[in-house]
Amino acid sequence: MSEIVLLVGTRKGCFVLRSDAERRDWTADGPFCEGWPVYDTAYDPDSRVIYAAAASDWHGAGVWRSADLGSTWELSSAGLSYGDGGLRLSKVSGLTVAHGRVLAGAEAAGVFASDDGGVTWSLLSTLDGQPGRDAWNDPDRQPPGHLGLPAVLAHPDEPSRFWAVVQGFGIFETTDDGASWTPRNRGLRADWPLEDPAVGYCVHKLVMSPVDHDRLYQQNHCGVHRSDDAGRSWVEITEGLPTDFGFAAGAHPHDRDTFYVVPLDPGHGRCMPEGRAAVWRTRDAGATWRRLDDGLPGSNAHLGVLREGLAVDDLDVPGVYVGTSTGQLFASADEGDSWREIASYLPAISSVEVAVVA
Amino acid sequence: MAELHLPATLPPLHPGLPRRLDVDARTVREAIDRLDGEWPGLRDRLCEPGPVLRRHINVFVDRSPAGLETALDATSRVDVIAAISGG
Repeated sequence: MSEIVLLVGTRKGCFVLRSDAERRDWTADGPFCEGWPVYDTAYDPDSRVIYAAAASDWHGAGVWRSADLGSTWELSSAGLSYGDGGLRLSKVSGLTVAHGRVLAGAEAAGVFASDDGGVTWSLLSTLDGQPGRDAWNDPDRQPPGHLGLPAVLAHPDEPSRFWAVVQGFGIFETTDDGASWTPRNRGLRADWPLEDPAVGYCVHKLVMSPVDHDRLYQQNHCGVHRSDDAGRSWVEITEGLPTDFGFAAGAHPHDRDTFYVVPLDPGHGRCMPEGRAAVWRTRDAGATWRRLDDGLPGSNAHLGVLREGLAVDDLDVPGVYVGTSTGQLFASADEGDSWREIASYLPAISSVEVAVVA
Repeated sequence: MAELHLPATLPPLHPGLPRRLDVDARTVREAIDRLDGEWPGLRDRLCEPGPVLRRHINVFVDRSPAGLETALDATSRVDVIAAISGG
């Protein structure tokens, strides 16, 4: 019997929620990680280890790991450092498990890897020589959020191939484990002047279809975009959505044409438009969009969802999970058609991850 | 042996680490190194590369503000204080 485990990273630690395959009744445990702000979590189905990227205002950054689904945790920052050079690591902002190792994206922008289950880390790349690198490491030009390199998207079949997102600059692909990189932002939109058209794009969330590894989607600061050639080119698919802005996104596990976003007001408020909560879904690769709000609050719901705040499980009828920056957690057991609030008073949610544990 | 007092936020990160302990060290830096030897990773919780003390970690030796190179003797009291900040 499968157990569904939700890993919820918050401003005050990590929480673990559990349910069965019905996904109706949930239990919650936490906070874990000593209440440190958690920016992202990951689950390794092979080792059954949970990882949580965290940074304390007092004690620095590290990655917590739990080998017993959250009962006990250990912290390590061994190797998570740029040493005495010019860069300073303030946080690990993204975690990815692939091919027997853990990849971490950090601020300042860099990719670290752990081959021993998060016990020790080593620096893989700081994207030296890439266009924009001097600017993104300039302390005077740091964007709000200060995430550096918030995401690494691993290729499921090619261990040395992955994509890194640099906040405010865009996507870079490596096929040689970080030794060399290529910007992958062609076709994206930027509503500001660019010094170099290869970079300068604000990619909020990048996802890959699990059934077609050339099919990528992204929620960008400027619109929603799709790629059919693994990021070599992008087409905008925003039309039909209420705004072009949002942070979170998720791919359907079984259908390459189905994709989820949470549109937000593009001003500084960055909440769901008109105070009416909704997730939006396309089933035709972005040609049309459907508003999903059955069970979500329909008035006075000024909710925000951050870039790691949406997750999709891989059951036959997938569940969709959305955590808000005001601590509500919503779940759908029917691909987003209907929703229930499964936690109401968590701390501000940074990330939601779902694992189906056999 | 210097008498070391640690903030309450540290022992939960390092099983077996007490709030108060005696350390044989000639400087604050050496005291932290000794602790890191027994509780690996503790230096990272107090120091950034350099090493320098983290921005929100303060050290006092015999009630006076101190740094990593501040000298200790057998009667020194060392207080490691996490800044009163946050929300």
